[in-house]
Amino acid sequence: MSSIKDFASHFFVTGDPLIYGADVSIVLVSLAIVFVLTYYKKWGWLWREWLTTVDHKKIGIMYMIAALLMLFRGGVDALLMRMQLAWPNVHFLKSEHYNEIFTTHGTIMILFMAMPLIFAMMNIAVPLQIGARDVAYPYLNAISFWLFFFGAMLLNLSFVIGGSPNSGWTAYPPLSGLEFNPGPGENFYLLSLSISGIGSLATGINFLVTILKMRAPGMKLMYMPLFTWSVLATCIIIIIAFPVLTVALALLFIDRLAGAHFFTMAAGGNPMMYINLFWIWGHPEVYIVVLPAFGIFSEVVATFSKKTAFGYKSMVASMMLISVISYFTWLHHFFTMGAGADVNTFFAISTMMIGIPTGVKIFNWMFTMYRGRIRLTLPMLWTISFIPCFAIGGATGVMLAVAPADYQYHNSYFLIAHFHQVLIGGVVFGMIAGMYYWWPKMFGFKLDERLGRWAFWFWQIGFYVCFMPQYALGFMGMTRRIYTYPDGLGWGPLNFVSTVGAFLMGVGFIFQVWQIVYSIKYGERDLTGDPWDGRTLEWSIPSPAPHYNFAVIPHVKGPDAWWTMKQEMKKEAAVKVDPAEIKPIHMPKNSGRPFIMSVFFFIAGFGLTFNWIWMGVFGLAGVAICLLLRSFEYDTDYYIPVDEVKRTEAALGRL
Amino acid sequence: MKQRRLLNFVKLAVLSALTAVFMAGCSPDEYMVLHPAGPVARTEYDLIVLSTILVAIVIIPVMAILAYIVYRYRDVPGNKAPYMPEWADSKVLEIIWWGIPIVIILLLAVPTAKTTFALTKPPVQDVKPVTIQVTSLNWKWLFTYPDQKVATVNYVEIPAGVPVQFVLTSDSPMNSFWIPQLGGQEYTMPGMAMRLWLQADKPGEYFGSGASFTGEGFAHMQFKVIAKPQSEFNAWVTQAKQTSPGLTKDGYEKLKQPSVLSNTLTYSSYPQGLFEEIVDKNGGEYMNHDFMGNEQKDQSGNMNHDMQNHQMSDSMSH
Ligand code: HEM
Ligand SMILES: [Cu+2]
Ligand SMILES: [Cu+2]
Repeated sequence: MSSIKDFASHFFVTGDPLIYGADVSIVLVSLAIVFVLTYYKKWGWLWREWLTTVDHKKIGIMYMIAALLMLFRGGVDALLMRMQLAWPNVHFLKSEHYNEIFTTHGTIMILFMAMPLIFAMMNIAVPLQIGARDVAYPYLNAISFWLFFFGAMLLNLSFVIGGSPNSGWTAYPPLSGLEFNPGPGENFYLLSLSISGIGSLATGINFLVTILKMRAPGMKLMYMPLFTWSVLATCIIIIIAFPVLTVALALLFIDRLAGAHFFTMAAGGNPMMYINLFWIWGHPEVYIVVLPAFGIFSEVVATFSKKTAFGYKSMVASMMLISVISYFTWLHHFFTMGAGADVNTFFAISTMMIGIPTGVKIFNWMFTMYRGRIRLTLPMLWTISFIPCFAIGGATGVMLAVAPADYQYHNSYFLIAHFHQVLIGGVVFGMIAGMYYWWPKMFGFKLDERLGRWAFWFWQIGFYVCFMPQYALGFMGMTRRIYTYPDGLGWGPLNFVSTVGAFLMGVGFIFQVWQIVYSIKYGERDLTGDPWDGRTLEWSIPSPAPHYNFAVIPHVKGPDAWWTMKQEMKKEAAVKVDPAEIKPIHMPKNSGRPFIMSVFFFIAGFGLTFNWIWMGVFGLAGVAICLLLRSFEYDTDYYIPVDEVKRTEAALGRL
Repeated sequence: MKQRRLLNFVKLAVLSALTAVFMAGCSPDEYMVLHPAGPVARTEYDLIVLSTILVAIVIIPVMAILAYIVYRYRDVPGNKAPYMPEWADSKVLEIIWWGIPIVIILLLAVPTAKTTFALTKPPVQDVKPVTIQVTSLNWKWLFTYPDQKVATVNYVEIPAGVPVQFVLTSDSPMNSFWIPQLGGQEYTMPGMAMRLWLQADKPGEYFGSGASFTGEGFAHMQFKVIAKPQSEFNAWVTQAKQTSPGLTKDGYEKLKQPSVLSNTLTYSSYPQGLFEEIVDKNGGEYMNHDFMGNEQKDQSGNMNHDMQNHQMSDSMSH
């Protein structure tokens, strides 16, 4: 009896009202979900339509929902931290708790919010933009999603079971090693990132192949929409960078599980090797998340300026250049770790060089608007606001690249302000713009403009109020990751302002939730499939897109394929499909295995987190069996008959 | 329309509030980085100013052009600005905006490189430097003075106007040693001994802190740096030797235990070779360390231990 009690008291995190609150809400939400699904008899629907789907559009939507939930979780973390820092000597969070919160905040925001959000946009738009019926490996796509999902669940579970990781999202040894960090927290971090990392790598491969192999006839590389180009660049980075992360995490895990010393100085290991590996992945990672945002801005700017994107070739070249240079900059994350002047100089200059292609893109976006007709819709508002925000963020980035100056900025709030400016002003603004832009394509209705504008202004004002003071705090010597600070340093007022700004952004987020709920009921329905007068192929089909995307695969004759077709069609009026051209459509079958296999991954991850080898082995065996079963499965696809396609298209008014 | 006016009002209010706060908080000594008190910090500050000016040259026009374009070409009925939907490339323009950032980066790269090399040497050459060894512990700072043979915890005394060579290590997770008004930071890493030159112009008290996260008590790792004229510094040493207890091996083991100290400590002596022992026991034995701050012989040259130094000695020793 007492041993059970003892076990439970280590297993369940206790002693903090926030955690009891989380316990209660987890139980309540789970019960509510179970109740609703049972009451409305939706279990079968959930399984057939969502859990087993291999349709890229639905997977994209699931990514988006999961990412928005994680934005909420990471956002609550952020508000808790900002409350703790609002003035000197606050006793709201204890040190331990603050440390866990900034660690999970960073980890979740980068890996379980930004990453899935770009995967959401890729899934939703890329196959449609290139005139394909699905991605190259639909089944693998489902696996990627569920691995991300269960990886994220594993990390979130640490909040109430076992304890969260607490050595920062970078998890530098020796702090994250066994000696200074016993307990399951860091294991949660290592295993959840490893599991979702497999999914990310697979997505990179999947979309690279999709873009190279599945384009509609006639679509040369240089005819591809810029968003697709940005995804291509991103995939190349993912494929090269993610294996490095996997290795770094695996070695650290071996250090922790088996007492090896890859990353501690004992027995000849070296923590700097972890730091090198981490940032060889970590710096390209920021371009993995920001390049798709660049792609989205390029689409949005062209569409809402009614103009071809300016300097298409430069845009492509700059993205490719960024994907290469981003590999030669990692050391700027530790200029102050004793590297020689020669090494620091090299990495200082290579980092500054990234500013060149980025600057070029900013000018090209502006000149896409020049001599156009700018419609200030929601996606366009977010895009326009991105430009000054990212210009400032990029400028402070160049300042950070000046190595001797970075000796002063490093680990200070100046750095915190810089990376939030590029991550929020670049990635988050970009994904929000993309969400508004493609929303009608996903769901068949537009999001309400009025509520969206309120959200926009709260976010914008909140952003500057929150982060501009942090640059100043950096100059005042305030270091990052401190949970409290003494009176008398003058840090209080600016921190207070910063906290107010964070809450304004929170209000902006609430407006967006309200906007979505409101628009489900009252949002303007999109009956044309082309609500924005778009330029690329996704706007040539109905909203939401039918299961098979294109009844007839289009022929592409140049850039801005749909825009050109529309110009030609002006004479013939509406969009029609020629019934004679419809052929049976080859589609992949749904499968429950990606979901089940990911559950086994989750079980393995959970077991290894607690060093329960039997459970780890059990989970991995389950994974192996799933893989084995798949290799004996031959009946994985089917054809949609012509009649059914005709019926669908007729119902959509396209015949 | 009404809504827009309200929004404008809100914007204005927030902006003015923000400006007020910035102005109010602008007493000079609070912005430590912007008020350097020594040659190293000053060199870094000059680069900060230079880089700010250079990037401002780009982003201020960008914002102005953006505002102009959005205003001029917005889609309102009756807008007479030219509309050219097909106009999408211009060699001249693109050469200009590939060119501008390249020039700016060149202007910035040269002083960056020069300064990076300069900072590995003592800031002034004609004064004999002092060496102070720094060990970051959980969660306190230990300073040992190899020439004076005294030790302090959570504060450090230095002679003003004299280059100080800090030799840094850690007997806990790695931290980072930062005294903003004297110059930028450098990591303290277990098993390694890295060097950092700093110097104070004149006597005074400066704020120092640990900048790299090391766990629970990390937020309390702040310390004072007290710069004194050389004669007073010497007097302080003499006094410390006479009035303070000595640090023993056992004493060090106790000091090292994870805890936050609310006061400072002074020791009249410390076990000989303590610092070297700390470095070695944390893995320093695997590296080649012929420079732990005791030898004054190679002050001017290649003091900064560099990456290559780590890696080569790592793979080559044993
Ligand atoms: C939405 C408003 C946000 C606020 C108010 C906010 C606030 C904060 C705060 C207070 C910290 C802790 C700094 C410290 O401990 O010194 C932090 C750290 C961090 N944030 Fe955010 N954040 C926000 C959004 C984001 C987003 C969108 C991302 C990434 C896409 C992000 C990534 C990070 C990372 C990587 C860290 C570092 C964590 C670490 O030190 O290990 N944040 N943020
Ligand atoms: Cu980087
Ligand atoms: Cu080192």
